[in-house]
Amino acid sequence: MSDIKTDQGALHVAKKITDGAAGLITRVEELAYELKIEEVMTRNVTTVTPGMRVVEVLDLFREARISGAPVLSRNKLVGIISIEDLIRSLRRGDIEASVVDYLSSQVITVRSFDPVLEALKVFTQTRVGRLPVLDETERLVGIITKGDVTRGILRTLESDYQAEEVKRYRASHLFEDIVSDRTSLILRYTIKPRDFIHGGTASSYIKRALLRLGANPQIARRCGIAIYEAEMNLIIHTTNGGAIRIEIEPHMISMRAVDDGPGIANVELARQPGYSTASEEIRELGFGAGMGLKNIERCVDEVSLESALGKGTRLEMKIHLLAEETFGELHHPQDKET
Amino acid sequence: MKLQELLKLIDGDTLTDDTDLNREVKGGCGADLMSDVLASIQPHAILLTGLCNPQVVRTAQMADVAAIVLVRGKRPPQETVELANQEGIPLISSPYGMFELCGRLYQAGLPSLEKAMTETY
Repeated sequence: MSDIKTDQGALHVAKKITDGAAGLITRVEELAYELKIEEVMTRNVTTVTPGMRVVEVLDLFREARISGAPVLSRNKLVGIISIEDLIRSLRRGDIEASVVDYLSSQVITVRSFDPVLEALKVFTQTRVGRLPVLDETERLVGIITKGDVTRGILRTLESDYQAEEVKRYRASHLFEDIVSDRTSLILRYTIKPRDFIHGGTASSYIKRALLRLGANPQIARRCGIAIYEAEMNLIIHTTNGGAIRIEIEPHMISMRAVDDGPGIANVELARQPGYSTASEEIRELGFGAGMGLKNIERCVDEVSLESALGKGTRLEMKIHLLAEETFGELHHPQDKET
Repeated sequence: MKLQELLKLIDGDTLTDDTDLNREVKGGCGADLMSDVLASIQPHAILLTGLCNPQVVRTAQMADVAAIVLVRGKRPPQETVELANQEGIPLISSPYGMFELCGRLYQAGLPSLEKAMTETY
């Protein structure tokens, strides 16, 4: 029924816009092929019968806020009647006429299982505004207008965009996308001594990175607290500051804080809750409660603290991830906190 | 308890922009030493503190604190407010002292979200 030439469709014209818009237009073109007519068409079609009077149809159009309808006779499509046809009858003062007298019997139809592109071809090459949609058995299953196509494509573009945004924001696909025998992501930060204003910035970046990589909030919290304590120790106690290094692997997070002095005189003592060598000035800032190392031990699975006076300190921390906590798309963050 | 309701109980004044007053607060914690906060607080608590430096916001962020209340009408330095805005953590000032505030909130049914030191992970 719709053997219309397709030399210059609207989509091809649209392609000439700008380079910037080209990406989007390409996707729109793709969608015109991908989307099936049944995905965008209007399903609950208002229909009329050949015997209905023109005035009745006018009332029906006004109530349903439509400007055309397929004409069905014993469930078979026999034509289409639009507001233009009704105007013709009114101009002749032929208000008592029936639908059968004014309908267009040359109906162009499309198939529900065809791509949206087929409907677009018809719209651009004829002046037809609405196309009845038939299924495999020639039964009328819907109607499609340009508005339906636009809405359908916009809807799909929007959900594409949202899916892309979510994926971009959450970098959790990283570990699936990159294949190796052992993949890890390493983050490094340099910590300056006595930089209380920026203290915690590295920890904040680390916690955010873990969440973006798909870590569950409890794991991110444990890492955040442990590394924050370590970062503040570098700021409060070190001579020249230090370095933080985080290695993220799908099954494990390894954190390391290293400095070159002054070193801890008595590591055993330093680990005891409440023990602190912090000055009064530092305590006024809210630190030096002597809980730092205890907090770290509480948050991570493995801690190793090596220190030599005059040489420096090396703190290593590891968190092992359980099977359901490992990084990646399959394990979206879930709030398991109570 | 919603932040909105909590604000009324403590005559609180929000210092951050666009504060989400529908945010749910599950309980409370009061401390001035940040390591004490990190050691004991559970997620989604209100943090009552007398400390006003930016580290309060960093600590709150690490510990998943729902909002910070500065006791005794303290006004924090600008960098604290800026960081709180940046990290989306509501910052509130209340004229009352720590004991009074803890009492008001506890009496209104807000539980303690401080873990006792005997508890281990």
